[in-house]
Amino acid sequence: MIAYLIRRLLYAVPILVGVNLLTFALFFVVNTPDDMARIQLGIKRVTPDAIHNWKVAHGYDKPLFFNPGESGSNFFTDTIFFEKSVPMFRFEFGRSDDGRDIAQEIESRAGPSLEIALPVFLIGMMTNVSFALMMAFFRATLVDVWGVVMCVAAMSISGLFYIIGGQFLVAKLWHWVPISGFEAGASSLKFVILPVVIGVASGLGSGARWYRTIFLEEIGRDYVRTAKAKGISEIRVLFHHVLRNGLIPILTGAVVVIPSLFMGSLIMESFFGIPGLGSYTLDAINSQDFAIVRSMVFIGSVLYIIGLMLTDISYTLADPRIRLQ
Amino acid sequence: MGGGGTIEWAKLCAMRNWFVIFTVLCIAGCGSTWNDPYPASDRDKSILYLAFTERPRHLDPARSYSEDEASINAQIYEPPLQYHYLKRPYTLVPLTAAAVPRPKYYDAQNRLLPQDADAKSIAYSLYEIRLKPGIHYQPHPAFARDENGKLLYQNLTRKDLESIDDLADFRKTGTRELLASDYVYEIKRLADPRIQSPIAGLMSEYILGFREFSQRLQKDPAADLSKCEMSGVEARDRYTYTIKVRGKYPQFVYWLAMSFFAPLPPEVDHFYSQPGMAGKNLVLDWHPVGTGPYMLTENNPNSRMVLMRNPNFHSETYPSSGMPGDEAVLKDAGKTLPFIDQVVFSREKESIPYWNKFLQGYYDVSGITSDNFDQAITMSVQGEAQVSKDMAKQGIELKTSVAPSIRYMAFNMLDPVVGGNSRRARLLRQAVSIALDFEENISIFANGRGIPAQGPLPPGIFGYHSGRDGINPVVYDWADGEAKRKSIMEAKKLLADAGYPDGRDSETGKPLVLYLDSTGRGADDKTRFDWYRKEFARINIQLEVRATDYNRFQEKIRKGSAQIFTWGWNADYPDPENFLFLLYGPQGKVKYGGENSANYDNPEYDRLFEKMKNMENSPERQAIIDRMVAILREDSPWMWGFYPKDYQLNHVWLSNLKPNQMARNNVKYLRIDAKLRGRMRREWNRPVLWPLAFAIMGLGLIVVPALRYYRRREEGRAK
Repeated sequence: MIAYLIRRLLYAVPILVGVNLLTFALFFVVNTPDDMARIQLGIKRVTPDAIHNWKVAHGYDKPLFFNPGESGSNFFTDTIFFEKSVPMFRFEFGRSDDGRDIAQEIESRAGPSLEIALPVFLIGMMTNVSFALMMAFFRATLVDVWGVVMCVAAMSISGLFYIIGGQFLVAKLWHWVPISGFEAGASSLKFVILPVVIGVASGLGSGARWYRTIFLEEIGRDYVRTAKAKGISEIRVLFHHVLRNGLIPILTGAVVVIPSLFMGSLIMESFFGIPGLGSYTLDAINSQDFAIVRSMVFIGSVLYIIGLMLTDISYTLADPRIRLQ
Repeated sequence: MGGGGTIEWAKLCAMRNWFVIFTVLCIAGCGSTWNDPYPASDRDKSILYLAFTERPRHLDPARSYSEDEASINAQIYEPPLQYHYLKRPYTLVPLTAAAVPRPKYYDAQNRLLPQDADAKSIAYSLYEIRLKPGIHYQPHPAFARDENGKLLYQNLTRKDLESIDDLADFRKTGTRELLASDYVYEIKRLADPRIQSPIAGLMSEYILGFREFSQRLQKDPAADLSKCEMSGVEARDRYTYTIKVRGKYPQFVYWLAMSFFAPLPPEVDHFYSQPGMAGKNLVLDWHPVGTGPYMLTENNPNSRMVLMRNPNFHSETYPSSGMPGDEAVLKDAGKTLPFIDQVVFSREKESIPYWNKFLQGYYDVSGITSDNFDQAITMSVQGEAQVSKDMAKQGIELKTSVAPSIRYMAFNMLDPVVGGNSRRARLLRQAVSIALDFEENISIFANGRGIPAQGPLPPGIFGYHSGRDGINPVVYDWADGEAKRKSIMEAKKLLADAGYPDGRDSETGKPLVLYLDSTGRGADDKTRFDWYRKEFARINIQLEVRATDYNRFQEKIRKGSAQIFTWGWNADYPDPENFLFLLYGPQGKVKYGGENSANYDNPEYDRLFEKMKNMENSPERQAIIDRMVAILREDSPWMWGFYPKDYQLNHVWLSNLKPNQMARNNVKYLRIDAKLRGRMRREWNRPVLWPLAFAIMGLGLIVVPALRYYRRREEGRAK
């Protein structure tokens, strides 16, 4: 397994270089360094000198990918792409275009993101599995039919509707929790309850329906009939045997997202005023802060690769027949 | 029977437990609010709650230029002058200065000239600013000294900084008196290319020695600013400094009311420049240090920023005079400022949560977006805006004011069709100006929050005329005591005179197609574009909209490839020069990279502008401005658009609020009745518990039959 993981890590390097290259190309197709300077300097009284000074100060006064004015290795290395990319592979993200240390920002924002994303993931997973098992238990009854109808209805509603509707009902009309805001520590509970409930509710339809399909497939297998014939209760059959055997497809979808939970939710954090990494990325895109955008894309890629590797490892834990070679 | 009795008893116990939980919740709900986003310990304290949507980028006074940043910086930094809080038109009064400086004029041989000297003979103007003694900075570690009087934290090593993550981690703080040299130091910082001050380019044209100083720093970036001399700026003594301004530039005094010219102690700059500080985000750009009424004690621009009362704030009192009708905001006349202990700025990126929290009483002030305009505002029979009945019931008050700004549509004067000085192009522009009904535009797209513009100068700026004298005769007639837009027939006639009868080129017979360049590509923008097309179609002109992203749009404007576009300007200071320069030839965007985005160039206008800009407000200046505005109206390089009106809502517990569009340091004047706010918040935010009871009952209705079904199935025979 170690050899397999090392191989996967080596595969990750060209993937990360490719992602970085694509990010650069896409970003600079839309924004030139001059555009970035203008956005940062404001729209009033911006002189060409000020733009030049800004570019020099932020290292954007060089060619993008190739430097025709240089020879040898400098042809590639004395460029924006090289100078901005190499430190990232050492996990040195530098400073944002407005001067703040990106690593420190990520460190301070990962916590609030996790406070929402982790409970949404865990509670959502448990709720989806339980609801799916319930529908499987009541299969071919009215409960199952209405459960599926509700799932399809829930899937069809936009995530934004859950947020606005949830804020309107729970926070505005019923005054149960604050509409938005955040505080660190134990006081954060009142701020995270609603986003967590909304996160769980908005994912329930698609999640439960997908798991129901998996469980129904398992329920029809011989080992389930054997277990029932041995007199094992239906609940035990479902939670002990069916759930365990249905884990592989569940793990495929679930484990891969675990590392990415740090990245937060773009819309949820914006609406609830959670100072997490999701809103950080969104702000950076809006303000064309390339230093942050490329760092977040890079971290996202690294976490996704880690997620895929964890998924592979989880297969071996869930099913002893699987070996990573 | 016995077993059945036990089950019933168990059911009763379960029901009783639910009832107890529900009752406890009800009692808890009656006593307090659950949705208060602020700590319970802050209730009923004199704290002002505000929101910000965009995180501030810079809090360094030399770099900060946006309104969001000014709302924080202006409470901390104190330039020598400020605007009178109540007087209109906007009037400069001293802040840290003893008096508003009057420039002395000198010729090239350094001879003093009389005040009415010809501007051409003036080589430089000397501004001597004398400070009030006894003003001290906020407590800060940069000022902390040991028992020998040596600064404690000026030679920190990276090891010293290991245990430091925040300014609060420095054990000692200190203060010192405000000195004239601190203002001089800040002006030198404006010239420092590393700082990238947005006004460096402008100031290099005016402050003597500024450009040379900047060039010197470009060559020697490590130079110590406090040891380098700028020829035009000098600290004469402890409390007096002078600034030499090239030629005559009466508007310079307005810059002295902006945070660019606030003081900065060299030791603070040095403190933040130490190695290792930037890696901890301990930089001047994020941790301002000033003499103002408040100091920044919590700086998390992602979530909230907190200002606390500066314990070292100097004595300042509430103004004792204002304008007629200001009686309600003069109750605190003569009292010591500030009234509020703390200001909490919370980040609200979305308008819906911001608005709802304002309605719940968790923000003290709010603007009005188009989405909630109808909920907030109704129009009286006289056409005056007033708060809706629901809002009035809550005690919410509305304050309106016309902003010193303008939103307009510009013709690119370099364009071969709509631009240039030819009669044909001018008549075409005039025809379009008449056809585009900005009264309707304001009504549809701004909920009536604007005044149709008659020229470049908004109300409140010297040179503006109201009533009959102020109308634009090219577009309006005066009828029945008000300005009436000319009829569409007159626009068509002008169009025919221009050689486009019925919207067709009389020479080629082809339909006239004009192009609107814009950044908007959303659903709301489509409605706006449809409206523009409809307006142009009234005179049979086809309008094509060329929507693009912001960067490409800016590029088009810079290169002069746009044809018609919308633009706006917010004044830096309340002087006509700050509006009329937007059409001054040497400010042309394409040729000179200036602010004249229409690239308008009229030699007579330019000549008048050069004369007018150096004049004090006087009938003579008014006459020149009138002539300049007449030229502009005739040439019509802009469709004058409208002057936006700001609508601001505040709760009844906030007093002394008077909109001041030029000054941002208004927090010190405000007063909060925290007890009233606490009472009303509790009244408005009682938890509604019946949905909880319904939810519990609903859950019971699902769970009980499900359990019964499960049990029946478990106990049933296998099929």
